[in-house]
Amino acid sequence: MALMKKGAEANLYLESFVRVFHHAGGGKVVIKHRVSKRYRVSEIDNQLRDSRTALEAKLFSDAKRAGVPTPLVYEVDRTNMRIVMEFVRGQQVKFVLEKLRPKTRRNICRLIGRQIARVHRVGIIHGDLTTSNMIFTENGKVYFVDFGLGEYNSSVEARGVDLHLFRRALQSTHFRITDEAYRAVLSGYRREFGRGADEVIKRAREIGLRGRYVQKEERAWH
Amino acid sequence: MLCLGIESTAHTFGVGIVTDRGKILANIGNVHKSAKGGIHPREAARHHGVIAKETVLCALAKAGVTMNDIDLIAFSMGPGLGPTLRTGATAARALSVFYQVPILGVNHCISHVEIGRLTEGAKDPVTLYVSGGNTQVIAFDAGRYRVFGETLDISVGNCLDVFAREVGIPHPGGPNVEQLAREGKHYIPLPYVVKGMDLSFSGLMTEAVRKHRTGSDLRDLCFSLQETAFAALVEVTERAVAHTEKREVMLTGGVAANKRLREMVGLMAKEHQAKFHVPPIELCKDQGAMIAWTGLLMYKRGVRHKLDQTQVRQRYRTDEVDIVWR
Repeated sequence: MALMKKGAEANLYLESFVRVFHHAGGGKVVIKHRVSKRYRVSEIDNQLRDSRTALEAKLFSDAKRAGVPTPLVYEVDRTNMRIVMEFVRGQQVKFVLEKLRPKTRRNICRLIGRQIARVHRVGIIHGDLTTSNMIFTENGKVYFVDFGLGEYNSSVEARGVDLHLFRRALQSTHFRITDEAYRAVLSGYRREFGRGADEVIKRAREIGLRGRYVQKEERAWH
Repeated sequence: MLCLGIESTAHTFGVGIVTDRGKILANIGNVHKSAKGGIHPREAARHHGVIAKETVLCALAKAGVTMNDIDLIAFSMGPGLGPTLRTGATAARALSVFYQVPILGVNHCISHVEIGRLTEGAKDPVTLYVSGGNTQVIAFDAGRYRVFGETLDISVGNCLDVFAREVGIPHPGGPNVEQLAREGKHYIPLPYVVKGMDLSFSGLMTEAVRKHRTGSDLRDLCFSLQETAFAALVEVTERAVAHTEKREVMLTGGVAANKRLREMVGLMAKEHQAKFHVPPIELCKDQGAMIAWTGLLMYKRGVRHKLDQTQVRQRYRTDEVDIVWR
């Protein structure tokens, strides 16, 4: 198995379909293996790895049903904490976003906003929206490839946190274009989510202003 | 060139004297202790006002210099408690005006990273900064210290201290919880909260207190509280390491004194083949030397503050300072 990426919580391996499933079939698969972390006690370690593996597989398929491109899940192995899934060919949005022409970039961001709205509408919180978790494919789709911190939650608060965290991710990775990108995300979100979108967006802003290191004048409750 | 740095963000009034070569000539701290633990901002500020002169004189004597040898005054501008910050800033301004020496306001969190880079030889670490007031994962990128994760509510030090106080563990809370945790055997499930890159400890603290009231063993609770809080801290730090692909990890702040946390961060660093740095504990805690050293870094790169630019900033963010010296 070829190591594709050593992430923070899991290792990603690239493997051929045939080698994994032992029968006729083509193409490549990605194996996401949640490795044990020696720094934490086994109770926390097992609980986090098991629940995140099971939940992530379910979130992938529910998100796909809601109209968001996600890799197809072929197998969930809760003994070894592995998910075997489709390999999505493309580039991480992280690497393309700043190279795109402004208009294309706005469109991609709007699409991302629409997709966030789609998962939110069916009660899913992504939990870790960053541009490294999104794959931009040749046919212009954006795949959400990591639901490792996702959950089922339909509250305005959780949706607000989701949006707020995406803004924070844009700030730390794409600080040059954060504002224009986030504006486009919100416009897509608004259009797709429909009624109630403004409430979520307002909450996201409030959550940002609640932060520990935000200027007092800008805080929500002065 | 000599810089005198004043630290006063919380309960420590510290004065450090550092040369522009990075030699620490003196680093004197005076900690305000309250009877029940915790900090009363006004009381702490009063304490700082009373001992300010004595601490400065003590630092000068230790360094073997006089005020006439000092070329620059630096002070903690924030983030921190308003009253104590203002006391430190007032002392700094008085010295600056009286001795006609330039003055610079320094970001407290950044100076924690800079003193570690100075003494540990860390070049470009992902820093986990954990103290009674702050919890941040900091890494340098494109001219700024970016925050790759921070607490959304209380700091991890505060979580441990308040838990200790609520369940009747004597002051100082953090170290005593660490002691008790060593005798804990059974893990009691507690809320583990990682929201993307950010952390939250207030729910964890409340639940731990609640579990104590419903009869859970205190040693097991201390153990479980530490394990849960620290696992979340290390996970967020690990994400920053994976994301930035930096080869060094640094742990600093008062909670860096905790041996279990050191062990956990060290294990994580090893898994990523990253070098692991922890400054000596006196330099992890709040002190004046880090302020003096960061002041020197700024001054040598041409940063100047006029007197009316030296207002303190209680919520001074790590990622709003242009890092001209890197």
